[in-house]
Amino acid sequence: MPEMVFLWTDILIFLLVALVLAFINYARKRPHLSRPWKQVFSSRIGISTLIILLFYIAIGLLDSVHYRPDVNDEKNKGADMLSTLDYILSDLRLNHEKTYSAPLATHLYARENVESDTGVTTREFPRLKYGGAHLDDPEKDYYLDLFEKTVIGILLGIAAWVIIVMLMVSWLAVNSHLAFTELISHIRHRKTEIPWRTAFITLLVISVIAGILYNLSQYYHVLGTDKVGEDVLYQALKSIRTGLLIGTLTTLVMLPAAILLGIMAGYFKGWIDDVIQYTYTTLNSIPGVLLIAAAILMMQIYMSNHEADFTSVTERADLRLLFLCLILGVTSWTGLCRLLRAETFKLSELDYVQASRSFGVGNFTIIFKHILPNVVHIVLITVVLDFSGLVLAEAVLSYVNIGVDPSTNSWGNMINSARLEMAREPIVWWSLTASLIFMFTLVLAANLFSDVVRDAFDPRLRSQS
Amino acid sequence: MTINQIIDIKHSILLQFIVLLLSVLLTSCSDQPWNNPYSNTSSNTSPITSIDEHIAYSSFSERPKHLDPVRSYSSNEYTFIAQIYEPLLQYHFLKRPYELTTLTASSLPELKFYDSEGNLLDESDDNIAYTEYLISLKPGIQYQPHPAFARFSSNVFEYHNLEEEALKNKYTLKDFLHHASRELTVDDYIYQIKRLADFDLHSPIAGVMEEHIVGFKDFRNTLKDHKQNNPADFHDLRELEMTGVKKISDYQFAIRINKTYPQFKFWLAMPFFAPMPWEADRFYSQPMLKEKNISLDWYPVGTGPFMLSENNPNLRMVLEKNPNFHGETYPSDGEAEDIENGLLADAGKVLPLIDKAIYSLEKESIPYWNKFLQGYYDASGVSSDSFDQAVQFNAQGEIDLTESMQAKGIGLQTAITTSISYMGFNMTDAVIGGESERARLLRQAISIAVDYEEYISIFANGRGISAQGPLPPGIFGHKGEDHNSYVYEKVNGQLKRLSIDYARSLLDKAGYTGGRDPETNKPLVLYLDVTATGPDDKARLNWIRKQFSKLGVQLVLRTTDYNRFQDKMRKGTAQIFMWGWNADYPDPENFLFLLYGENAKVEHGGENAANYTNPEFDSLFEKMKRLPNTTERQKIIDQMVEIVRRDSPWIWGFHPKAFSLYHQWYKNVKPNLMANNTLKYRRVDSALRAEKQQEWNQPVTWPLIVIILILIASIIPAVRIYKQHEQRRAR
Amino acid sequence: MTAYIIRRLLYALPILIGVNIFTFTLFFVVNSTDDMARMHLGVKRVTPEAVEHWKAERGYDRPLLINSEASGLDKITDTIFFQKSVNLFVFNFGQSDSGRDILYDISQRMWPSLAIAVPVLLVGLLVNITFALLIAFFRATYIDIWGVILCVVMMSISGLFYIIGGQFIAGKLLHLVPISGYETGWSAVKFLILPVIIGVIGGIGAGTRWYRTLFLEEINKDYVRTARAKGLAEQFILFRHVFKNALIPILTGVVVILPLLFMGSLITESFFGIPGLGSYTIDAINNQDFAIVRAMVFLGSVLYIIGLILTDISYTFVDPRVRLS
Repeated sequence: MPEMVFLWTDILIFLLVALVLAFINYARKRPHLSRPWKQVFSSRIGISTLIILLFYIAIGLLDSVHYRPDVNDEKNKGADMLSTLDYILSDLRLNHEKTYSAPLATHLYARENVESDTGVTTREFPRLKYGGAHLDDPEKDYYLDLFEKTVIGILLGIAAWVIIVMLMVSWLAVNSHLAFTELISHIRHRKTEIPWRTAFITLLVISVIAGILYNLSQYYHVLGTDKVGEDVLYQALKSIRTGLLIGTLTTLVMLPAAILLGIMAGYFKGWIDDVIQYTYTTLNSIPGVLLIAAAILMMQIYMSNHEADFTSVTERADLRLLFLCLILGVTSWTGLCRLLRAETFKLSELDYVQASRSFGVGNFTIIFKHILPNVVHIVLITVVLDFSGLVLAEAVLSYVNIGVDPSTNSWGNMINSARLEMAREPIVWWSLTASLIFMFTLVLAANLFSDVVRDAFDPRLRSQS
Repeated sequence: MTINQIIDIKHSILLQFIVLLLSVLLTSCSDQPWNNPYSNTSSNTSPITSIDEHIAYSSFSERPKHLDPVRSYSSNEYTFIAQIYEPLLQYHFLKRPYELTTLTASSLPELKFYDSEGNLLDESDDNIAYTEYLISLKPGIQYQPHPAFARFSSNVFEYHNLEEEALKNKYTLKDFLHHASRELTVDDYIYQIKRLADFDLHSPIAGVMEEHIVGFKDFRNTLKDHKQNNPADFHDLRELEMTGVKKISDYQFAIRINKTYPQFKFWLAMPFFAPMPWEADRFYSQPMLKEKNISLDWYPVGTGPFMLSENNPNLRMVLEKNPNFHGETYPSDGEAEDIENGLLADAGKVLPLIDKAIYSLEKESIPYWNKFLQGYYDASGVSSDSFDQAVQFNAQGEIDLTESMQAKGIGLQTAITTSISYMGFNMTDAVIGGESERARLLRQAISIAVDYEEYISIFANGRGISAQGPLPPGIFGHKGEDHNSYVYEKVNGQLKRLSIDYARSLLDKAGYTGGRDPETNKPLVLYLDVTATGPDDKARLNWIRKQFSKLGVQLVLRTTDYNRFQDKMRKGTAQIFMWGWNADYPDPENFLFLLYGENAKVEHGGENAANYTNPEFDSLFEKMKRLPNTTERQKIIDQMVEIVRRDSPWIWGFHPKAFSLYHQWYKNVKPNLMANNTLKYRRVDSALRAEKQQEWNQPVTWPLIVIILILIASIIPAVRIYKQHEQRRAR
Repeated sequence: MTAYIIRRLLYALPILIGVNIFTFTLFFVVNSTDDMARMHLGVKRVTPEAVEHWKAERGYDRPLLINSEASGLDKITDTIFFQKSVNLFVFNFGQSDSGRDILYDISQRMWPSLAIAVPVLLVGLLVNITFALLIAFFRATYIDIWGVILCVVMMSISGLFYIIGGQFIAGKLLHLVPISGYETGWSAVKFLILPVIIGVIGGIGAGTRWYRTLFLEEINKDYVRTARAKGLAEQFILFRHVFKNALIPILTGVVVILPLLFMGSLITESFFGIPGLGSYTIDAINNQDFAIVRAMVFLGSVLYIIGLILTDISYTFVDPRVRLS
């Protein structure tokens, strides 16, 4: 029987999901928080980037449910730990070629010695074991087959989209007490408050791309294979979880410290303020790379001293990832802390805070009742703004070899290996391109989304743009 | 200012900027390609490139740590110091198998054998207590010009007692005005042997020499006491005597060795035994110079064909011809095919054949490779990623250069290195190690499962041959036709790895049915300790995991940094590890000692990383060590190899093959894995190089122009909108 | 003002001590002194005595933080920490563990770092401000919308891509510049062009967007409306008022990072083989040369603090209302 496994990051990421859900529930009843969100959802950029982000998140979450395969499972023998995403992508994961092959190729990218029946060795491109293996004569059928598979993929995508849209529209229709057809015409003429038309178009684009990828990946390596013949599409998809984790967990782990210290410094002032300011100035003035490098080395030493506790590769890699988030958090919490300190400073001078203080209301009650709710928007903006920067930072850190574990799938690791591939002739460009496209889409969506969020929450800028 | 003006100004600034850039580019490279990384400007620090001067271009990838021959023990340091310092002996440039020949010695050492009473004995006598190496020097060898030798007319050394004032503005040796030289004598060799014993200099071979050279250990302790009792900046080692080293005349001395140690002659060809003039030691011992990084570790002084004229480890190192070089000539004998390959064209010419060698710092392999292709480096290795580009297999399955390389006139040299890259089992480990049959079967099964042929083909592009035992080809004792019957079988004269089913059956025999640990009924878990750093490691580690899973065994990778790894090896807490060994000298002792019990890493701190101990092997080793290369020695070696094949303390791994590419203007290239001082044999055709560089590096400018045009074009819509804007305002 | 600066400098002391303790602890949690010795003595044939000797020679044979065997004040002073830290405060960095003078190395490697950082900063400022002004001028037209979108797109591309792509195209395909390397003097120009251009392009997205916000913030202020109502030309307003007032945040933003330019850029320098301080730091971390790491961290902190002080001072210059007390 497969046995469920909970990695540290899995637990944290589901905790984060729970927190987000709780926050939504909390914000719903409070107009000063829910109004800006409505504004976000009614923006066309907001809704379409949100859908893209949700798509990424869904993949990341699927990849965060881990289990240990059954010992008798012949197919997954020797595999340490699998996620539901691995299960869904079993074909991609297990269909290894020997070495590099180009996207959608039917032959290997490197020549090999092939011995013919007569015993003469020739140097040629051998056929792939899986990619395009269904073709009898690739030279003749290749393009037709590709076209056929793409069209089927598009049709699959459209079919899936129609089903989703039908379900959603009927749900909306029930909620808004409108007739189904009427609602559709509202959506078509952009009469709905939330721009559903844009949302559905985004969804259509995503599902068509997903459909094509899905259908082609049954027969080909859509984005080629890497040096040891692993499917690049699989790697890029697996990297999504790493990127999301670095982007979100880092802020999650730094939040408590930043909020607590920032508010304390701004509220209590005096020596507490001095101590906190001293701490963050000191931390801030240490070059971040050095801090990260030292911490990662420390982590490795800890693991080598406690080998018995970390028997599985995935667990070790996971802990390193978590640790990286932690240390990135340490280097980046100071900015938020400073912002919160300044805001609290301002808030604590306000009349009603002064008044409740003179009435003898406890400090912590004031903090929780009056201050915290009024700085939530700053926290939110910072979290959203930091996200894309962190995803990009991961790639750079991996380049300096102080990023995630080399066995973890990440865009940084992919780019790192691609450096060598760029020097090959003919160059191997697909790993680099795949990681860049996947990363670019995520970061672009996050950047655009964070713009919308900031415009909605920051009253200073709301009037301007 | 209107926006039009802004645009105009910006535009003209941009234009001016481009013009400026171009002019800088053009002036600095006048007739050279734009991308030439070497400059010919008159800046006094940068090397002057001209066709009349013969310059070799190469690189170094990391800052050499020690250039002091007492400490230096790595190939990247030998790249430099082997050209500067001259030990007594050297390896013949062309002859194979490797043969020792003279360098500064006038003949090969004369050996005499004594018993403990000092009676002369025969070589084969069992009672030999001492061996004496009698060494004679060529007269008339001069040191390179160096300030340490400079004297005032009063015969007092000019720079041996420097004042603070005199050191102002002196940052390198060039800043000292006077340089002088003197003749090499045996005192300098004796001085260096004494330096090897100096505790403060941390010579890595002090431990080995302690065992062999008579009086070395005593001298070591005497010197230590002497230094403690007389604290000073400089300790003249000439004042203390080492019993085993005797000066006979200025050109003759004798070294006395405990018992016999036939391998000692190989050490005499290593830079450890290069001469060191006491004047240099005196000069560099001045604390004020040390503060300015002027030390023996950075500024070598030797008798060799080259001297280090620029030492900037952050940028480049430059070796220049030593004007005092003693006029060694290019060898006139070699192997039969050397004549055909043009390697004897320069026979009899006075060395060195080039004037200068420039080594640029190049940390990354990719820029190095690209610059090599552009003609800016003379030679290059072939990394696995550039392999397909450079090398292919021809119709006969032989290795050949690709058309594009051939078109460039690039040449290829291959050689199987005298080294081994292996995967070791820690023999002190409870599961995988030990003498038990169960563990041995497990090791044998794994040895079969880890398919090194596939490893070589994926990660080394076939550059290597799978090892059948610890000895690489080219070393006495290696038998080409022999194979390891525990891993391979011969089918129709072809070596074939035993089947994975057979390996599984061995595992069954060992009690691990289907790879399961009988105690837990879960897959057996083994641990591989590795240092993973490079971008390539992920693929490699995945591959290794796959090999073990063929047996149903789960392999856990414990990646760690290099220090931790070393630490684990010392403590013996590693289980399976990957390691390699590179020959110090061409003798089987240098490989078999890696499995000698007395060298076990955990117990004795030696180089036997697997901690393998087998009394039978050890006693054979003792015997083999003292024998010359005879059939008797071969027989003993065969026995030893068979023992370790059966015990399988290592998966024998492979012997890497070195590929080197060199341009058509680079002459006299023949791989020599023992000699490091081969720069003096190289010749460069500078005119041809300049011509090819020009041809290969014509700048392609049209994309630049297109970009500029696009930028200009993108301004047009802005201007149009601006006009609309204005009109609207006017209305 | 002088008194203020002196006071700020005195405040900096505890921060520097804190930084020192922090790096020291971090480094020695990671590395034992034995590790360092073995690292420096090389791999082959190293004896335990050699390790002890190395440590004694470099003063690493003392206890780390507290010497329990010594008496009185020596308890604290006769430790690795105290011995190694005190010299830093007078900028005597001593010798690196591999035996080179650190201050000399830093003074040599500083120039290549600056040679990249300063042009990137200046050209970057010029380009970003120009673009931002243009976008602000054309606000609410399609130039504005596409400009911002282009900025976001450029921001979303990993910096590594700019470097890898730039090197590949300009160096390998077009033969325009050397692929990597460095020279002293004027011939350095041809090595610097590409890294500088890449540095500027990589910064355009974020920079332009940030300056655009600053300008827009300024444009929406009352005095601008008044000026516009007076019938002043738009470009005049933009330059005379908006640009001048937005200069304050721009300037202060620049001043903070000025001193840190000395530290160089890790990635660019190692990609292009430029012997600056960035690659110096990375090498030191990889080689576990504690002396260099400590010196660089110290230097970084000092420069950071100088940056903070400079920012405060620059406020008084651009805005006379701010007085330092």
